[in-house]
Amino acid sequence: MKIVVTVKQVPDTNAEKALDPKTKRLNRSSIENVLNPFDEYAIEEGLRLRESVGGDTTVTILTMAPASGTEVVRKALGMGADSAALISDESVGGSDTMATSYLLAQALRHIGFDLVLSGTQSTDAINSVVPAAVAERLGIPCLTFAKKVTLSDGRIEIQRETESGFWRVAARLPAMVSVTKGINEPRYPTLKGIMGAKKKEIKTLSLAEIGAEPARIGDAGSKTQVDSFATVGARAKGTVITVSDPKEGARQVLDFLIAKKAI
Amino acid sequence: MTAVVSTPDALNFELPEELKLLKRSLREFVEKELWPLTDEVESSDEIPASAIGKMREMGLFGLPFAEEYGGAGIGELGYCVALEEFGRASAAFSNLLGAHCSIGAMALHLDGTKDLKDRYMPQLCSGEKLACFALSEPGAGSDAANISTTARRDGDIYMLAGVKHFITSGDIADFATVFAVTDPALGARGGITAFWVDLNGPGVKRGPKDRKMGLYGSHTCELIFEEAKVPADHVIGKVGSGFITAMKTLDMGRLSLAAGCVGSSQFMLEKSIVYAKERIQFGKPIGKQQAVQFMLADMATEIYAARNMVYHGAWKADRGERFSLEAAMAKRYCSDMAIQVVDRALQIHGGSGFMKETGIERVYRDSRILAIYEGTNEIQRMIIAEELLR
Repeated sequence: MKIVVTVKQVPDTNAEKALDPKTKRLNRSSIENVLNPFDEYAIEEGLRLRESVGGDTTVTILTMAPASGTEVVRKALGMGADSAALISDESVGGSDTMATSYLLAQALRHIGFDLVLSGTQSTDAINSVVPAAVAERLGIPCLTFAKKVTLSDGRIEIQRETESGFWRVAARLPAMVSVTKGINEPRYPTLKGIMGAKKKEIKTLSLAEIGAEPARIGDAGSKTQVDSFATVGARAKGTVITVSDPKEGARQVLDFLIAKKAI
Repeated sequence: MTAVVSTPDALNFELPEELKLLKRSLREFVEKELWPLTDEVESSDEIPASAIGKMREMGLFGLPFAEEYGGAGIGELGYCVALEEFGRASAAFSNLLGAHCSIGAMALHLDGTKDLKDRYMPQLCSGEKLACFALSEPGAGSDAANISTTARRDGDIYMLAGVKHFITSGDIADFATVFAVTDPALGARGGITAFWVDLNGPGVKRGPKDRKMGLYGSHTCELIFEEAKVPADHVIGKVGSGFITAMKTLDMGRLSLAAGCVGSSQFMLEKSIVYAKERIQFGKPIGKQQAVQFMLADMATEIYAARNMVYHGAWKADRGERFSLEAAMAKRYCSDMAIQVVDRALQIHGGSGFMKETGIERVYRDSRILAIYEGTNEIQRMIIAEELLR
């Protein structure tokens, strides 16, 4: 069985971010890039499924990133993924969800898959659209927000997290599944894993190889355009109440909330 | 140790991709798994068994050792990068790793016979068994050649007799690299031999743990050998070459110790920068005061110099070049630097720095030993001068 996990390289969540006024894109040059934290859950789930299914099951990492994106892919390989494929071409820059889902679908057709896993969202764009869009392009079922995944006899069943509980959703493979944060506890890349990752293959996929049409990628293939942007004013500093008596503190908080008509 | 990390021939200050990943992964591990335990380790003077278990799972006890024995094979540079990250946590953790990897099992890894390594290295790399390094004695600290523990050959065994003291992890280690006199007439040059000793065997006693100024969670104690039997095939290296083994092992240990100093100092600098921006006195953040700015500037400058010394020494080690001089210089400089940096960090934090809550006073106490153990800084100066005047 072939499991493919789609991952994204995102700017370090703790870093201060800025938009480039000219390109209206995030200025990524000065920011350290990390593996999208949500994708770590998908990788972990892929590895656990590989362990439970056994046999010749493999976990492949697929990402779209500049050549420098290999570092985040190495992390996934260090965690235990078998191999990785990287769509890397200057012309993919600026791809929105339409173009991105097209590129990922093309690459998935090229490398083959039984199950595609992804995180529910990225920490930079937070659109949560790509998994569904990829599935739609591939014509496969899409099961989103999985907080539990079970596989048996070519059938996948998930518990889909909702505000009030969960739904049980099932489909036949091949399928696309997005997993929620908290579905598992992602493992750390072990020391041996990190050193082993050095020897694992990261295949670079060219646009020609995956049969991607230039008009459908990058700026040209993107339907969304950023017209302008503005900075949201900094939030005023909060009030800190320091008291030795907790009761006195609670009373002050209460007074504050009443004064603000919050309660 | 043989080169295991490919180092570019051209001058290149960028860490290889796998070491960047190693650094990032260990930063995350230290922050999430070890940092939250710091207060508990400090008050209980013990590292919880669960933390040691997690360190095992990560493969940390095999950090610098060859892959054929189950180690990570990351080389000296990789090991220093790792210890730098560990330096950010409580020194108890880096001491646990250091006693085992840097010196305890390192002597066996460097000079042990293939048979001995095949037998013991896998369980040492997995962390299933822990090792310590037993050289110091009550009468032989800096004057290490003056040890009086003896090993008397009796057929296929050696009878070990004597007392080792201040042995880090001596209370929990399963094995020790023990240095003993096999030929009193020859002294250090030919008269000392290294042995691989099972500390759970008969004739070995462990003293009570020493009461120290700091380094809580990491223990030292005496190891007492009363006619302890050691098989003759448990000699590390050759009979009489023990002092050379000790010096070679300590070279490796000194570099990684210096790396830990860089990590702990970097952390103190980061804490001080945050505090200098937040703490308001005289109507403005104290970081606006030149007196504080200059302290920060000096801390950063010295850390920069220290880190480059460590990386350069490790780079030489990985190329298979001699690095005794660089290791001695790095140990001397980085430990003195760490003591000064934490002193300034405490000064910047003022009264708060003196309180337990900020965690600086712990680092202050833990740092003082850095100028003393793994060869005092005076001994490092002797080594440096000896290299210069050869």
